[in-house]
Amino acid sequence: MSPRPGFVLDVDRSTPPTLFWHGERFRLERLPEGSRVIYAPEPVEALSDPSTAIRHALLHPLGDKDPLPALLRPGMRLTIAFDDISLPLPPMERPDIRQLVIEQVLDLAAAAGVDDVELIVALALHRRMTEAELRHALGDRIYDAFAPNGLLSQHDAEDADALTYIGQTDHGEDVEINRRAAESDLLVYVNINLVAMDGGHKSVATGLSSYRSLRHHHNPETMQKSRSFMDQHRSELHTSNWRMGRLIAESGIDIFQIETNLNTDTFPSQFAFLQKREWEWSARDRFSFLGVSKVLDRTPSKVARNIFHTVKAPHRMTAVQAGEVEAVHAVTTQNVWDQQGVVVEGQTDILTMGLPYISPYNVNSILNPILVACLGLGYFFNLYRNKPLVREGGVLIMSHPTAWEFNPVHHPSYIDFFEQVLSETTDPGELSKHYEEAYATDPWYVHLYRTGHAYHGVHPFYMWYWCAHALQHLGAVIVVGGDPAAVRRLGFRPASTMADALELAKDVVGPSPTLTHLHAPPILMADVQ
Amino acid sequence: MSPGATSNRLRPTRGVRSDASLGTGLRGAAAGALRRYTPSGIASRAGRSRFPLAAPSWPKSIPRPPEERDLGIDYDTSWSRKYPVRLARAVLLDNVTRPLAHLVASPEIRGDDHLVGVEGPVIFASNHLSHVDTPLLLSCLPLRFRHRTVVAAAADYFFDRRWKADLSSFALAAFPIDRSKVNRRSAELAADLLEDGWNLVIFPEGGRSPDGWGQEFHGGAAYLSSRTGRPVVPVHLDGTRHILPKGGGTLRRTKTTITFGVPIVPDEGENARRFSARIESAVAVLADEATTDWWTARRQAARGETPALQGPDVAPWRRAWALPVRDDGPGDGADGGGRNTWPRRSGSGR
Repeated sequence: MSPRPGFVLDVDRSTPPTLFWHGERFRLERLPEGSRVIYAPEPVEALSDPSTAIRHALLHPLGDKDPLPALLRPGMRLTIAFDDISLPLPPMERPDIRQLVIEQVLDLAAAAGVDDVELIVALALHRRMTEAELRHALGDRIYDAFAPNGLLSQHDAEDADALTYIGQTDHGEDVEINRRAAESDLLVYVNINLVAMDGGHKSVATGLSSYRSLRHHHNPETMQKSRSFMDQHRSELHTSNWRMGRLIAESGIDIFQIETNLNTDTFPSQFAFLQKREWEWSARDRFSFLGVSKVLDRTPSKVARNIFHTVKAPHRMTAVQAGEVEAVHAVTTQNVWDQQGVVVEGQTDILTMGLPYISPYNVNSILNPILVACLGLGYFFNLYRNKPLVREGGVLIMSHPTAWEFNPVHHPSYIDFFEQVLSETTDPGELSKHYEEAYATDPWYVHLYRTGHAYHGVHPFYMWYWCAHALQHLGAVIVVGGDPAAVRRLGFRPASTMADALELAKDVVGPSPTLTHLHAPPILMADVQ
Repeated sequence: MSPGATSNRLRPTRGVRSDASLGTGLRGAAAGALRRYTPSGIASRAGRSRFPLAAPSWPKSIPRPPEERDLGIDYDTSWSRKYPVRLARAVLLDNVTRPLAHLVASPEIRGDDHLVGVEGPVIFASNHLSHVDTPLLLSCLPLRFRHRTVVAAAADYFFDRRWKADLSSFALAAFPIDRSKVNRRSAELAADLLEDGWNLVIFPEGGRSPDGWGQEFHGGAAYLSSRTGRPVVPVHLDGTRHILPKGGGTLRRTKTTITFGVPIVPDEGENARRFSARIESAVAVLADEATTDWWTARRQAARGETPALQGPDVAPWRRAWALPVRDDGPGDGADGGGRNTWPRRSGSGR
């Protein structure tokens, strides 16, 4: 049976309470009659034979590109770059899609007699991956063959010797990328596309670049002009990346792009209720929910978090395409929209959402308050095409505990950003102007980024910039069930219950608001008409 | 306010005071009043909800899909034939059902010597008078058949509720058959069970007798025998109507007789209808034997004078009057005792 498309439910008296993520917990909220709930399409069927599909993609590339075997020859330098720990979410069950693809690329390289092969994690300014995380992403065969020989590296955006300056775009944007990638005869990029924002020229132009490059599009002005990040044709972030990507291509760097689509089968069977529509919950779903939520309610947050971070998603590959970057990405993006798109009529005064425990930047870590803001305002708010789900001046209500809690290993600069910068201003433009440079060049943060597992010093700024479009657009942001002090530090309003939040929202949008709830998981993209 | 935003104004929850000053205009211009949403409304409604303990209600705007049929003819009884369930059923049958049956029905078993040397599986085809018939017959089967026997039971009666279906499957090893029409699924299942080595109890009349007389036999037993080549053992039950007749509410002790006939198989070229008639005749002979004796019944059969199971085609009172007299009625003989008696009320039960 084919998966059912997404749809918009009009809440009536008979509608059961709606499930909200609330960090490591869940809440059931009865939304007022007349509200709308946007439900995602059901996960599409996975490829029955991913290996054959990958091989077919490598042999039948899209765009102006020869099949991969024709690009491989003895004596050449081959570099394989791949997406880091931020994708997919949650990390997928073994075998990871990167392993499946890279093993086939390496098979072809071995058959062609290519000796000089290196693998690079395209992590930009993200934290370095641990050995366990790399083994999970690549599999033991690849890790054991390359890592001990120093042929598996993690991109270092602060190693001047390992970077190559490509030039400037016609908009004056500096383009600087990983030297090994730039000097290779062929750069194969292996991507995972979970949302429409991923992939394309962004893979290399962002994933293998440096602060010098990133600052041209990771800034408040660009983010405010990206409406939204999920619609590359209306995203200034993507436009900038495309300019950079084309410059990279013009410089003679040969990129063979491999992009993969995953289905939205996000949680294993014990959490099946998360992906179901509430009125379709079976007895098993209801008792699973009760059991899980009661246990979680009595579990310390740290333990609950650790439990959730052990969850591996049953994601499966639905498509794979390879070849020239733009031709490949056009197909990939269309696949994402075909799978995740939901047509929504009109905007709303109030948009509600429940935020989970995980975002791209806290895998195996804590979703600190800055990441909560980024997840809600940067990611969920931007899951639209045409117009935002919520009208200009409207209210966004997020449900999350928003604890004043940070992982000092992964997010050291976040702590200082939260304490020192956000206490002064929450205006993205202001904090960019006054504080960004100092954090980006702070030697201690640079040291932690290069040698430990810390996000770059400038990363919390980027997280805040992700919120810039939403902050500019919204009249207020309310966090239900969050730590009031942390929420206020973010510049948002705390509310203890959804009912309180709706009362607060009415002060902003008027006494008879419209309300729309973004129901996730699975993830969806709203096509707002 | 965006143009599209007017389509989903919040409506007040039940019991919440509306804001009269806002007047009309909910869903677009034609809709009702724009009303205020209050937090107390949410709280009160959420308090009334029993979800997720109880099953969720369905939004009115969502059409319900047709319910997945898993009762009636679609009920899956395979679980009841797994070894642990068979073991539990055997314990129940031997330690509860059988003593109770003997206590209530005091069965006299005749003709079981016909089953000596018969290789199973076989089809036991019996007349049907009472709900007591199945447990009584099962508990009186020779041991080598008893725990390897399934019962064909009416899908519309024994499998119309979950608890009834589960109970019938467990306690009687019943599986559903459609008695109103030929059903491929139930025929396939019965044939498969026979081929898997299960003996089968079937009541070819399709239901209990409403008045004590027999009913015309359906062709199911004959068809299954023809299809699988397994023999049919005609069985006659006598007296169970007095324990619990159709429509009766209380059990009454009485003596019963269970008569097993000679196993029969379809003759070469004999179709199911003719074979079914032969099975019915064999049961009629056993019925005659239960009220007379073996020799008398055999001679009447030889002369073609065996009384028909269905009784005379006369007015209901005369059919009741003509019912064979039993001299071993319940207890003090109130229902028998050598007198013709009116049958007890025939209710609407099946």
